[in-house]
Amino acid sequence: MQLTLRVWRQPSPAVKGKMANYHLTDVSPDMSFLEMLDVLNEQLILSGEEPVAFDHDCREGICGSCGLMINGIAHGPEQTTTCQLHMRSFSDGDTIDIEPWRSGGFPVIKDLVVDRSAFDRIISAGGFISAPTGTAPDAHATPVPKVDADAAFDAATCIGCGACVAACPNGSAMLFTAAKVTHLGLLPQGQPERDTRVVRMVAQQDAEDFGGCTNIGECSAVCPKGISMETISRLNHDLLGALRAGGVPTS
Amino acid sequence: MALELFLDGDPIADTKAPTDVPIGERWSERKFRGKLVNPANRRKLTIIVVGTGLAGGSAAATLAEAGYHVKSFWFQDSPRRAHSIAAQGGINAAKNYRNDGDSVHRLFYDTVKGGDFRSRENNVHRLAEISTQIIDQCVAQGVPFAREYGGLLDNRSFGGAQVSRTFYARGQTGQQLLIGAYQAFERQVAAGTIETHSRTEMLDLVVVDGKARGIVVRDLVNGEVTTHLGDAVVLGTGGYSNVFYLSTNAKGSNTTATWRAHKRGALFANPSYTQIHPTCIPVSGDYQSKLTLMSESLRNDGRVWVPKERGDSRAPEDIPEDERDYYLERKYPAFGNLVPRDIASRQAKNVCDEGRGVGPNGLGVYLDFTEAIQRLGRKAVEAKYGNLFDMYARITGEDPYASGMRIYPAVHYTMGGLWVDYDLQSTIPGLFVIGEANFSDHGANRLGASALMQGLADGYFVLPNTITDYLAAGPFEKVPADHPAVVEAEAGVHAQVEKFLSINGSRTVASFHRELGKLVWDYCGMERSAESLRKALDRIPEIRKEFWTDVKVAGTATDFNQNLEHAARVADFIELAELMCIDALHREESCGGHFRVESQTPEGEALRDDENFAYVAAWGWTPEGEPPILHKEALEYEYVHLAQRSYK
Amino acid sequence: MGGVATVTTQQAGPRKAPKTGRFSSSVFKKSVMAVSGIIFVLYLIAHMVGNLKAFAGADTFNHYSEFLRELGEPILPRLTVLTIIRVVLLVAVAAHIWAAVSLWRQAKRARPIGYVTKKRVQQSYASRTMRWGGIILILFIIWHILDLTLGAVNPAGRDSLPYGRLVEGFQNPIVTIWYAVALVVLGFHIRHGVWSATQTLGHSNKRRERALNIFATAFAVVLIGGYLLIPFSVLFGIID
Ligand SMILES: Cc1cc2nc3c(=O)[nH]c(=O)nc-3n(C[C@H](O)[C@H](O)[C@H](O)COP(=O)(O)OP(=O)(O)OC[C@H]3O[C@@H](n4cnc5c(N)ncnc54)[C@H](O)[C@@H]3O)c2cc1C
Ligand code: HEM
Ligand code: HEM
Ligand code: SF4
Ligand code: F3S
Ligand code: FES
Repeated sequence: MQLTLRVWRQPSPAVKGKMANYHLTDVSPDMSFLEMLDVLNEQLILSGEEPVAFDHDCREGICGSCGLMINGIAHGPEQTTTCQLHMRSFSDGDTIDIEPWRSGGFPVIKDLVVDRSAFDRIISAGGFISAPTGTAPDAHATPVPKVDADAAFDAATCIGCGACVAACPNGSAMLFTAAKVTHLGLLPQGQPERDTRVVRMVAQQDAEDFGGCTNIGECSAVCPKGISMETISRLNHDLLGALRAGGVPTS
Repeated sequence: MALELFLDGDPIADTKAPTDVPIGERWSERKFRGKLVNPANRRKLTIIVVGTGLAGGSAAATLAEAGYHVKSFWFQDSPRRAHSIAAQGGINAAKNYRNDGDSVHRLFYDTVKGGDFRSRENNVHRLAEISTQIIDQCVAQGVPFAREYGGLLDNRSFGGAQVSRTFYARGQTGQQLLIGAYQAFERQVAAGTIETHSRTEMLDLVVVDGKARGIVVRDLVNGEVTTHLGDAVVLGTGGYSNVFYLSTNAKGSNTTATWRAHKRGALFANPSYTQIHPTCIPVSGDYQSKLTLMSESLRNDGRVWVPKERGDSRAPEDIPEDERDYYLERKYPAFGNLVPRDIASRQAKNVCDEGRGVGPNGLGVYLDFTEAIQRLGRKAVEAKYGNLFDMYARITGEDPYASGMRIYPAVHYTMGGLWVDYDLQSTIPGLFVIGEANFSDHGANRLGASALMQGLADGYFVLPNTITDYLAAGPFEKVPADHPAVVEAEAGVHAQVEKFLSINGSRTVASFHRELGKLVWDYCGMERSAESLRKALDRIPEIRKEFWTDVKVAGTATDFNQNLEHAARVADFIELAELMCIDALHREESCGGHFRVESQTPEGEALRDDENFAYVAAWGWTPEGEPPILHKEALEYEYVHLAQRSYK
Repeated sequence: MGGVATVTTQQAGPRKAPKTGRFSSSVFKKSVMAVSGIIFVLYLIAHMVGNLKAFAGADTFNHYSEFLRELGEPILPRLTVLTIIRVVLLVAVAAHIWAAVSLWRQAKRARPIGYVTKKRVQQSYASRTMRWGGIILILFIIWHILDLTLGAVNPAGRDSLPYGRLVEGFQNPIVTIWYAVALVVLGFHIRHGVWSATQTLGHSNKRRERALNIFATAFAVVLIGGYLLIPFSVLFGIID
């Protein structure tokens, strides 16, 4: 296959970026999208240019490192991660636009690499169950109904890639936050901190320059793990309940 | 031969395990004998933890909870992305929830035997004891393990075990366990007890007066090189399978932290023990950047076969039953498709070497689900393995429900690593090594679902209890920022960076990595012979030389430069590859994942030589050109009797 | 460059303090929109039903208008109930606009640099037009009150009766078209709003999601259809 790539190049956060054009020949349809970029990068290095920076690690759709805006869709045309996207999803002669995630909460570091540490700070604000090591009762002490366990699992599959933020017209991180609130809120172990968790996580999310959610649903449609909109409803429900019960975010 | 390859050093011993009490009491006895640190003093002690995988993440969280000041480092953007996230199959624990005869002793026994009698009894027994606590801990954190309709935890049998002791979370067990540890970690970040350094790579260890006192790191975003000092250093930096270029490991997995600690004096044990996982998606082209594992759990229901005839190029559906060779079921009737990894891998290689392999390049065997789909129904198969089937379809563009999968072995795990004693302390006082980065618990072959167990045992339960014995003597004297050891280590890092950027040769880093990987795979992979290893040892020094004179690294030292990161990692892989080959060559026996062609039974199974090789080979570093020094730690088996492994 | 690090911050950017005010939560703002939105919807249902009385002729309609003003008499003074309704609506409008503006600004901050290429995968037209649609609606409502309540911009003049204003206004095709456009905008706003409000108040789930969306569409169609009957009936002389 032959391709024209239009790639966002930005040397550093302070410098303005722009789209640059590259032509690639001999692209195999069995390549993954990132392997295609590897090929581009080796060519760039040999011709004395800077390779395109992009985040990646596991290359099997689970670590959440990779994430590119491909032709205007987060993670590209298939509902999967960028590393699991293969060139057979494109046709010979295509022009492909590649951009970084865009959000106030995700400042660009270089080219296609953004800083997603805001997600860690949202988790740090309350996305956990306080269970210091060594304090746990026997694992069978609290049975969990299978339906709850399965629904919690569905939410827990979030890989923290940030595609939801990238796709949301409001730049909202709601799906990410809601997935965690749902995962922990459905389990008996998560109940004691349920109110404080949701209040604090939402407060942190708002502080990180993410937008508010207006239930557009673009996030769930591109989420590689198919996290459902139900999680957002659940977050809203929990948050309003917590506010009614007098919960106030604290720093 | 011994003379030119390596030098014999003094034997070493693990003196921390209290062998004067029965094995079941040794762990609690060790905890009792070790010194403690007064809670008020813990704040004054700084522990540097490198790595946020299951091992590093759980250790950092637990040490911080205990009140120490923890500094955490990792190279990805978030601690949640450590490679542990990719583990699929499950985690073992001797809970005996199935009442199928499991016990701590049986898990201990299976693991020692599975490791082909090249692991330490003391460590393995402790691991089996702690395994049950891990499950309790993770459930309390909210890890969503698979459950049954009654609400209790589900188990499956895995990786050659005859009992169901594997806890799992669909095909994403590593992810769920790591997120649990990550959340505990982030809780401590909020509490201010963990100081975090993301996108930061450790490039050297600072040793002062013989003690590990700090690390030199490079900030991967702006290239800044700094030193961080503390009272102890913990490495949980994972395995080095990427020395093979193609492996199931994440692209960033590396040996840099452990290798540079090795160069500072930590012994490196059993570097040649690598695990080849039998069920991976075969290579499809030269551009391929990594291999993808298909969880071993698939072997519970899938049947492995190849055509009876060589070169049979019919589609799998068109090959009738009686022209198929279910070779694992044929050769190992008792275990069938569930034989341990090393055996399943080598058998796949054998049938492909016979020319009966399938797929475009003849390097593949079928993993067939027709029988399972008939027996359980497509729905049930989907529920169990849906995500794996989807992944397979996505990567290959083929439908595994219709035509089964094509699989081939791939490098997956490294049993070797830095040598540690029972306290997980390396030969450098104050340097502790946990998780896949150490060598301790798996011997020559790791059983499925036991790496997660070991990583979490080390991080949550072992290290936090053993490190106190060392720290009780602290806080140690403050190391000044301009201490010669610091200055020298930083200068070394700067020099290396500058060297890379100045060579400006004609080959990319990746091309060297690919060449090295293929060499190690061909000559020090699934099968090793004196001849192949000699070839590798001839070629590796040449690659090293070419690398240092002809590599081309793009970009600058002062910004985000992934090419530079990769160059430093490949430089270390080249050196490690040489030691791997020396280790493999010196061990003239077959054991577990280490298969020497010269040492096999008449049926072609691995043949151990317990008389001469029942030891851990711990290597001391020497400068380029000088032979490394071999220290032997004798292995003794009091409780599990040495026997030839048999899975017939 | 170099040296022993002494700083102890989260390396990737400074730690941002969470927003602490209870009312600054984006979800709280959303629920304000939802509650005020629901008040609008309830009002709109009642208003539509009332409007349909135009088919019953001038007297009924004018009487209905008068009835609204006398509602609650003799227990309450004239105009009390209507004033309460007006105050509630005004407060709701103010709250709705406050929340909308505040969330809009947050969303702007959240995407300081736009994409060169952006495609939509799932979002509906309705969901994308909430903000500009809302502005059109407010302009419409101001016009509408000046037109039909006060008669200020109505050809029938200030002193006319409601029925007269209605008929004279809609006989002008331009007015009718303007109303129709506004009503279609309203239809979209409500179509997304009804689904969105259930979601915002935490009462949607996977099972209900589809049904809710169908309901929201059906509801918006019926409501707007009901409204559209009047202007077009006047235009085509069915009401005169
Ligand atoms: C595909 C796959 C499936 C697996 N499935 C299973 C399974 O089902 N069951 C099982 O028991 N085991 C499984 N394993 C093995 C198991 O996942 C790993 O052995 C284990 O997770 C390793 O954990 P760790 O904490 O030691 O290291 P890792 O998780 O690899 O973490 C390494 C950490 O160190 C950091 N790091 C590395 N180098 C540096 C450096 N130079 N400077 C700074 N930081 C550094 C990284 O950022 C990372 O945080 C699987 C492995 C693979 C590859
Ligand atoms: C300046 C004027 C207005 C603006 C900017 C505006 C904007 C918005 C926005 C942004 C939403 C949130 C949508 C979402 O959550 O997806 C919304 C919701 C809603 N609006 Fe408006 N609107 C305005 C006026 C009105 C008017 C006049 C009505 C009624 C006739 C109305 C009815 C609703 C309803 C019912 C909702 C649903 C509540 C919810 O989303 O939770 N709005 N509006
Ligand atoms: C074609 C459709 C409509 C018709 C025929 C209509 C008709 C009227 C009439 C006749 C009045 C004056 C009643 C009186 O003074 O007694 C009125 C008032 C009003 N209408 Fe409408 N209306 C329509 C659509 C709408 C819409 C879509 C909205 C809101 C989004 C709306 C909001 C109002 C308000 C707020 C008042 C003022 C009520 C008051 O007196 O306080 N109307 N309408
Ligand atoms: S919710 Fe989905 S899109 Fe968002 S971070 Fe998680 S996995 Fe990625
Ligand atoms: S796309 Fe955005 S508006 Fe909400 S539903 Fe998803 S976060
Ligand atoms: S690289 Fe890990 S999810 Fe894509």
